[in-house]
Amino acid sequence: MTEPLLTIDDLEVSFASGEGDIQAVRGVSLSLFPHEVLGVVGESGSGKSVTALAVMGLLAKNAQIKGSVHLEGHELLGLKERALAVYRGKSIAMIFQDPLTSLNPVYNVGWQIEEALNAHRDLSKEELHAETIRLLEMVGIPNAESRVNDYPHEFSGGMRQRVVIAIAMANNPGVILADEPTTALDVTVQAQVLDALKHVLENSGASLVLITHDLGVIAGLATRVAVMYAGRVVEIGTADDIFYRPAMPYTHGLLGSVPRVDDDGGGRLRQIPGAPPSMVGTKPGCPFAPRCPMRVEICSQSEPELRVVSAPGAPPPVHMAACHRADEAMAMPIGSMFSDSSADFEEPPTP
Amino acid sequence: MSEPGVSEFNAMIVPEDDAATEGMALESRGQWANVLRRFVHNGQAMTGLVTFMLLLVVSFTYTMLHPNAYAALSLNVNAAPSKAHLFGTNSIGIDMLAQILKGVLADVQVAILVAAMAVMIGTLVGAVAGYYGGKVDNLLMRFVDLILVIPVLVVLVLLAHIVAQKANNWLWLAIIIGSLSWTYVARLVRAEFLSLRERDFVEASRALGASDWRIISRHMIPNAVGPIIVNATITIAGAIVLESTLSYLGLGIQPPSVSLGLLIEQGQNSATTEYWLFVYPAAFLLLLIVSVFFVGDGLRSALDPRQNRVRS
Amino acid sequence: MTTYILRRLAIGVGVLLLASVLVFTLVAESGNPLGPLLANPLTPQSTIRLKILALHLNDPLWQRYWIWFSHVVRGDFGVSNNGLGVGHQLQIHMFVTLRMVILSTILSIFLAISVGLVSALRNGTVVDRGVSVVNFVFLSVPVFVVGLVLKTFVAVPIDQHFNRVVLATAGEQNPLATGNFFQRLPDYASHTILPTITLVLATYASWAIYQRSTLLDVMNSDYVRLARAKGISPRRVLLRHILRNALIPVTTVIALDFAGILGGAVITETVYGWNGLGRFFLDGVNNLDVNVTLAYLMLTAVIVILFNLMADIAYGFLDPRIRYGKR
Repeated sequence: MTEPLLTIDDLEVSFASGEGDIQAVRGVSLSLFPHEVLGVVGESGSGKSVTALAVMGLLAKNAQIKGSVHLEGHELLGLKERALAVYRGKSIAMIFQDPLTSLNPVYNVGWQIEEALNAHRDLSKEELHAETIRLLEMVGIPNAESRVNDYPHEFSGGMRQRVVIAIAMANNPGVILADEPTTALDVTVQAQVLDALKHVLENSGASLVLITHDLGVIAGLATRVAVMYAGRVVEIGTADDIFYRPAMPYTHGLLGSVPRVDDDGGGRLRQIPGAPPSMVGTKPGCPFAPRCPMRVEICSQSEPELRVVSAPGAPPPVHMAACHRADEAMAMPIGSMFSDSSADFEEPPTP
Repeated sequence: MSEPGVSEFNAMIVPEDDAATEGMALESRGQWANVLRRFVHNGQAMTGLVTFMLLLVVSFTYTMLHPNAYAALSLNVNAAPSKAHLFGTNSIGIDMLAQILKGVLADVQVAILVAAMAVMIGTLVGAVAGYYGGKVDNLLMRFVDLILVIPVLVVLVLLAHIVAQKANNWLWLAIIIGSLSWTYVARLVRAEFLSLRERDFVEASRALGASDWRIISRHMIPNAVGPIIVNATITIAGAIVLESTLSYLGLGIQPPSVSLGLLIEQGQNSATTEYWLFVYPAAFLLLLIVSVFFVGDGLRSALDPRQNRVRS
Repeated sequence: MTTYILRRLAIGVGVLLLASVLVFTLVAESGNPLGPLLANPLTPQSTIRLKILALHLNDPLWQRYWIWFSHVVRGDFGVSNNGLGVGHQLQIHMFVTLRMVILSTILSIFLAISVGLVSALRNGTVVDRGVSVVNFVFLSVPVFVVGLVLKTFVAVPIDQHFNRVVLATAGEQNPLATGNFFQRLPDYASHTILPTITLVLATYASWAIYQRSTLLDVMNSDYVRLARAKGISPRRVLLRHILRNALIPVTTVIALDFAGILGGAVITETVYGWNGLGRFFLDGVNNLDVNVTLAYLMLTAVIVILFNLMADIAYGFLDPRIRYGKR
């Protein structure tokens, strides 16, 4: 069994706020193996971005972090800035969500890429320049030679995001964290950026953690998928497992809510009723229970643990789900769990 | 503060960009309750508010009860503070406590009038500039720049000289200070309106045929109320500084009327010998201004909570 | 970049011209220069008539403006009430004032940026809170109170302790001092320390507060996060990314505030009895001396517009978005 590149073990992150502690991440464990793309899916507030930021050590000072993050055998949590700088950019890199604000406006693009190169390598001026051009070409920036001295505001959003990818790849990291890399972009540009990402992965052999709320993005790239809700991983498995055999009602809801090309266009969108829970304080039971059409008594009393739902003897990676009724959920056809008429669903009692 | 009333705006006002001013825009009624709660929990702000209220109440009550004490000459000249005269007496035997409290009232009186003027003019100018944008905006902002080319204090010295001999000169003082203090409210309102203008609800109102004035007054001004209030508070503090500076130069409130600046000017040379003639007026002036500032800053943070960036 | 500068220059000149009109109207209508003459019953009519002619008081306003303006552009600021050339007096007083103002401005900038940086880096700690309160106090105190307090509670005790005048508080130099510039330097210093400190304390606070909040915004920005994610050293992040961006807004603020510094200088000079532009102006106003007042106002306008121009240029240098425009 191959060694994972990155191991997140029981990560907990909470923020002190005026109204109480916000539990953003409540015990997340994930592993990332070589040459794979792990998709992390969830709504806003599910804790997926916070998890990535915690791994990179980029959270604000008021974040309380517990658990462990292992990269190349070293513990990352608790390291100071200077110690983290050894890994950042070299062993693990991150791509952020908003390309319009991710690049420093006062330096040209070439300077910013060279800075990334200089952080971990010792290259001559000519080598730096050549490498910068190569990186820009790799992510698909046309006329790289002439554009290398342009400033970020002279690029479109999609191109800026590609520059960000180039910066992330500058020192060939083994692990890349991409936090909603296409969310802020138009659909057509999204495709271009995802292509650039795919191209980059093929050339470098790096592993990618792709965080998004967009299932379409996952479908194109991910080999494994983890679904997050209310700060925890509630289902994890191969892409096939998740898309074809979802074992957690929430996953059903996510899949069912995507409008399909072959719909007759007459029905309403199937939404998951209700809203994500407030992350302040801890409440008993499964956090999805108030919105879950399969909930029973036990669901409001005890929070289900992740347990294996794939058949015993099935090849790794295993398919796991956190649901008291996972086996039944897995048996239900996709799209059947949440009706498209809100009248069928009685309002859950407010917890 | 080099230019009293000017510099603090640069510090207090959230930078003029969309995200910042949107943070201050009140979306619904429920937010006022939150604002109040945040303000009340702010120790510094509450200290300021309580101090200011105390000063106001005490000065008002005292001057009501002893309306002529501030001008009552006596033979008890240059007396050090005692039980009879809490803050001593001055060179013509007048009780310092009475003079100080009357001075506080005079300062506050002028300052509030100034703030009222500044808010009215500033909101009008800023609203027109921000709502109509384009040439109108350009013209108005050039006009504002023009006004600011000469230091406010310098213009005030010139104008104050004219009004120094008039009766009721506190009113004239307030008018001239007010006529120069509106620029910051104007800039703020303009920034707010420029960003609000692009919002959908404005488009919707226009599509429904609402007149410009109705859109401005019903939809946009209420959203700018928060920052305007903060600015008004700061203008009050700034006005007190300007007025006391003018009085110190002899161009403000004239004797036999009283103002804290005037008292300080009168007491400056005896600071080492009869310290009470200088220290207490200065202390009260400081207390007054700082407390108003604390309130203003408290309002500003209550309206614009810096929430932790908790991403998903 | 050159077009940018030229455009700002043109705007500056335009503003100056408009300001001159405004200033002239203000002064011309602000008082009757014949006042003291008329008040005195012994003044002969001939004197009054001569004065009216000399000041062109019977001419329409625009004509008076034009007469004054055509003289000013040739460098002739006219004569003050006491018969001396205004231009010459202006020069003398200007050197006195400028040395205090320039020194104070430089020191204030350093102080404000350092204080802002320290508070931002120690955001939320006791140091930050304490510094903020101190900033607040200096922000609110009027200049003249700072000056008087320093005079009374710093200069006097120190001078008494050393039994000699260490910190002079009256005037800008000892009129009896002899020797060349370097020999008189200690005297200059002793007279200049307190007024400079006064002006610095009065000026730095708003800049420090603004710098702190700008720094916090920049420190929390996405591009600083990306810079950290690159694995460059924390010191480099601070210098090349945080400071490089955070110093930009404060340059504009500082330059725009310069008008305020000149106003503060007037007060400081009054408190310490300096014979600079402030006194020149105040005397001019009190004596209804039209030429003096006008000359001072124009000089102030020129200085302020100049500084605004320098700020615009500096901003253009620092922020490439201004230089190259948006595509």
